[in-house]
Amino acid sequence: MEAVFRRESGSVTATLIRQFRSIDLAEESVQDAFAIALAHWARDGLPPNPGGWITTTARNRALNVVRRESTRSERETDAMRMSPPTEERDEEPDEGPMGDDRLRLIFTCCHPALAPTARIALTLRLLGGMQTPQIARAFLVPEPTMAQRLVRAKRKIAANNIPYRVPEHAELPARLRSVLTVLYLIFNEGYAAADGEALVRRELCEEAVRLARLLAQLMPDEPEVLGLLALLLLIDARRPARTRPDGMPALLAEQDRGRWDRALIEEGLALVRRLLQRGEPGPFQIQAAINAVHASAASPAETDWTAIRALYDQLLALAPNPIVAMNRAIAIAETSGPEAGLAELADLDLADYQPYHSTRAELLRRLDRRGEAAAAYTAALELTRNAPERAFLQARLRALRDQQA
Amino acid sequence: MTQYLLSVHGVEGQEPPPPERLPEIFGAVEEFNERLRRSGAWVFAGGLEPPDTATVVRVERGEAVLTDGPFAESKEHIGGFWVIEAKDLDAALALAEEGARACENPVEVRPFQPVPQE
Repeated sequence: MEAVFRRESGSVTATLIRQFRSIDLAEESVQDAFAIALAHWARDGLPPNPGGWITTTARNRALNVVRRESTRSERETDAMRMSPPTEERDEEPDEGPMGDDRLRLIFTCCHPALAPTARIALTLRLLGGMQTPQIARAFLVPEPTMAQRLVRAKRKIAANNIPYRVPEHAELPARLRSVLTVLYLIFNEGYAAADGEALVRRELCEEAVRLARLLAQLMPDEPEVLGLLALLLLIDARRPARTRPDGMPALLAEQDRGRWDRALIEEGLALVRRLLQRGEPGPFQIQAAINAVHASAASPAETDWTAIRALYDQLLALAPNPIVAMNRAIAIAETSGPEAGLAELADLDLADYQPYHSTRAELLRRLDRRGEAAAAYTAALELTRNAPERAFLQARLRALRDQQA
Repeated sequence: MTQYLLSVHGVEGQEPPPPERLPEIFGAVEEFNERLRRSGAWVFAGGLEPPDTATVVRVERGEAVLTDGPFAESKEHIGGFWVIEAKDLDAALALAEEGARACENPVEVRPFQPVPQE
């Protein structure tokens, strides 16, 4: 049942939003339909087409509400309308994937007029079918805060008449970037933390991959969409090896590569090969290619750092930002030695970014500059709240001090 | 269709454009206004005198009390505005971008409440 809900709720919600022009009404009707389904299916078993069953039931619920509402004053119903009826209202959606309601929904959820945190929450709630408490837990915010965030976002969509459609050609690249970034942030939120909430966090990774797959299926001609999917698959493939048996995070070089998910890697590599042939590079594709290089190395020593460095050069030219520059410095340290890497790091303005300090610490340690390395580990610790991550840095720091003593 | 307020925000103390550039900016704004009128998006627009020309009227215990100066003790003030009609937020944002380019100041987009229907 949970699986059916996950698979179907986004699509049913998306269709109902188009038909009834109200996010709230769509959400409530879909919830009701699943509650009814739960009772029916427990008694009669799963119908041949559960998705169709849910859609019909939800639509009937929504129609009932609209009929009831129409006897109330128009003003009250207006308050919950997503947008006033427009000339396109009764138009049937276009044929083909671009006419898929889920695509309309994801562009509305990720509209740049909404706050980035709201885009993420709305996408998980409406397309991912996640419940508000679940989303709140995953993002470590109190439930009322998350509920408020969702209410505000939905109100903004309705009051501003944010359109429910796939953006036109000219707007598409910028709007698509927002969608891809939202999916990437959802994935990262799940991947970055291996703490007590591990289960919920894994859910975020899985949801991001599922939505990226959906997007790739709906927009198969967009190289960056495929690039994002490849990137997520290749990173996700390493998830089983990312935590050591003692719960501490394992660095890429320390991971047991036998535990990497080969099926995900093959799928990711095939996508990267296809994208290389197309030759329309973008930031997500390049990051996917970097991860493809890692995934293709049987051992850390066999990693083709020269290729990685060239890819980071390309990424930095396309999307200049200090975090990319930091990762490029790591590649430089591998190809030209830790000293060269440190020199690249020196000019970066990343004092508030924990990995910057742990990267410096690691390079200083390799150069046997123990005092400076200890100072950098300490700086990294001050910026770390995640428990396993702290334990890891503390262990490194202890090892350094033991050596010094 | 939805009506939107596009308000032009100026920051107090921010360097005003040099006088010789003003005709160019006014010209760009007038061209934008003309485009709004031709496309049917135009509802109303106007530029405002500086905030220190404002007076606030407050009713306290049934009496009107006047205060000299703008309502909010803020560094930012509305310098002018357009009221436009657009099919959706994307259309309004595109017009706001044109407006912001023309007047060389940030423009805030805010929807009007729908007019209650009979």
